[in-house]
Amino acid sequence: MSNRDIDSISLLCHKLETHGVRTDLLDPGPLPPARVLEIDAAGWGKAAEIAHAEKWRWAGVWAEDLLSELYVYACLEHQGAYLVLRAGLSAEHPRLPSQAPYYWAADRPERHLQDMFGIHFDDHPDPRRWTRHQAWDESSHPLRRDFPAAGLSPRQTSPDNSYPFLRAQGASVYEIPVGPVHAGIIEPGHFRFLAIGETVLHLEERLGYVHKGIEKIAEGRDPHSLARLAGRVSGDTTVSHAWAACLAMERAAGLDAPPRAAFLRGILAERERVINHLWDIGALCNDVGFGFGFYQFGRLRELWLRENQALFGHRLLMDKIVPGGVAVDVDAAVGQRIKLSIAALRKELDELITILDNNSSLEDRFLAAGHLSTELATALGALGFVGRASGQSFDVRQDAPYAPYQQLRMRVAQEEQGDVSSRLWVRYKELRTSLRLLEDMLDGMPSGELLTAWRIPQEHAVGFAAVESWRGEVLCFVRFAADNRISRYWPRDASVINWPALEKLVLGNIVPDFPVCNKSVNGSYSGHDL
Amino acid sequence: MLQLYGKIFKTGVLTEKTPKKPREIDETLEAMGRSLKAVVDKRFQGSLAIRQVDAGSCNGCELEIHALNNVFYDVERFGVHFVASPRHADVLLVTGPVSRHMEAALRRTYEATADPKWVVAVGDCGVCGGEFGVSYASCGAVSNVIPVDLAIPGCPPTPLMLLQGLLTLCGRF
Repeated sequence: MSNRDIDSISLLCHKLETHGVRTDLLDPGPLPPARVLEIDAAGWGKAAEIAHAEKWRWAGVWAEDLLSELYVYACLEHQGAYLVLRAGLSAEHPRLPSQAPYYWAADRPERHLQDMFGIHFDDHPDPRRWTRHQAWDESSHPLRRDFPAAGLSPRQTSPDNSYPFLRAQGASVYEIPVGPVHAGIIEPGHFRFLAIGETVLHLEERLGYVHKGIEKIAEGRDPHSLARLAGRVSGDTTVSHAWAACLAMERAAGLDAPPRAAFLRGILAERERVINHLWDIGALCNDVGFGFGFYQFGRLRELWLRENQALFGHRLLMDKIVPGGVAVDVDAAVGQRIKLSIAALRKELDELITILDNNSSLEDRFLAAGHLSTELATALGALGFVGRASGQSFDVRQDAPYAPYQQLRMRVAQEEQGDVSSRLWVRYKELRTSLRLLEDMLDGMPSGELLTAWRIPQEHAVGFAAVESWRGEVLCFVRFAADNRISRYWPRDASVINWPALEKLVLGNIVPDFPVCNKSVNGSYSGHDL
Repeated sequence: MLQLYGKIFKTGVLTEKTPKKPREIDETLEAMGRSLKAVVDKRFQGSLAIRQVDAGSCNGCELEIHALNNVFYDVERFGVHFVASPRHADVLLVTGPVSRHMEAALRRTYEATADPKWVVAVGDCGVCGGEFGVSYASCGAVSNVIPVDLAIPGCPPTPLMLLQGLLTLCGRF
């Protein structure tokens, strides 16, 4: 923790105090490297208002049921310093001032808490249900301790026909409902377009279709089992979610993965980034009918997937990050093979990007499509390539580095233009950065153990972690019960923050450009719905 | 444009035998594909239409199903293709676990598929509930919601396992 972090946190505390919000900065805090600031529930909204004025980014909210009371946590970030606000609520009638009036990103996560814990948020601008469809009723709350994981009613779940979508009046406005089952091989979700002619007037996302109770079924698991579950929060981000969960559990247990394991985790995560960026660049080409790009980038991706299988035993690298370390190793021969693939990929990328760049029909479709302004991206706290294509610079690897990135130098790719083309370029640059990081990690890899022996954490031990997935920042909170069992797991995928950006950036585009706009953001449905 | 043609020319046809592919994958794929094509030709007039339904998966299975269409596997050459509507489908390829919020949509998709139809449950979660099992939010296996004709386990199943599964399904006709 640098002086700079302490300064911005103490400045915020000071401002809160002067506005009459009682605060207590816990020292030492239970969630390093984040600081924990306990505040009065009554000051929850005021705290958001002041933090917003002080340019803190809102990163997430979660709660836990401790039977006698509920704890609510909100995570803020400013120049790489994480601050977690915590407030205690009565378990009987939990209510809290909403932070959504000040932070756009807080809107849906607070509605998630409303559905899952029964917390009432005062002054919430849109208190409709969010995660809840028809699988449980309004009066029951799955993440409360008295709610059985098996559910209350085994009957068939009825379709969710009664969600109050925004309606438009007027002769020339028409609605286009899309989903949950989409036309391609993609995840389910519902989009409700209001269009005039071909132009999108309004888009409303309705997610939650793949809600499979991840937070609830995490309860009672042991660390290995939780790491497996975390690896399935979003299949395309398996490495990063497993990494975040393991890091949080290791911090709760008070142990560090060995330095070599940290480098290997970095290698796995960068490979995941390379593969996903390759795939999405190809898919963007496909969405504008440029089959050549789709097949070429798909080919490069498949080569790397096969290499994953050959070197690490799994194409998507599932279950390779385990509590305490990693389940794979890279020896000199493997390192050499990876370097050869990197060199080969660079050569191919040089060729392909020139072809893409010279193609005027791509330019026509990508440039100016799906524009997200810097102001909107800042207001939302947009993450990953979505934020970095719209003037944001935040990257956990650089701003709040964790092992091994503390020892690596990297330049974060950034663009200002905010359109589909910018997001594609940022991803291309990130791909190149990842290739260099991979080489640096292979060269600088320390020798030593792959695993630190697991130590059973104390009852009530908690841990927090932030890692940079290919989509952007992933957050994780865990709490242990007795006997090495998890009592609370909260993962926050970058998609949770980025999904609302799509609703805005598609406005004014034509409906047929929605697929390419959507792909340029590529939110995870599973990572959002949990 | 010349560069583009040059790249296509240099890349060559990877779906046929090529030194870039490990040999054993090559041969398994070719052999499996040939048998599959024979059945598809005979029983489905040369064309097997698949509607993929994600009923709650973590999206890992979707990545591998997508890979079936890349240049290495190019499943379309065996007459297998993915369609946009259940109305056009012979086979529903369903990944799970079936979330309760997708339960009704899955039933409706099944009802919208014309007879004769077959359902293939893909992935450990689709086959038995996998990491998620049955809970307040999940119905678990696909077979808990609609009748299933074939299971392709794996987390996720590789493209070769998927191909092998389709072959098994077709082998039953």
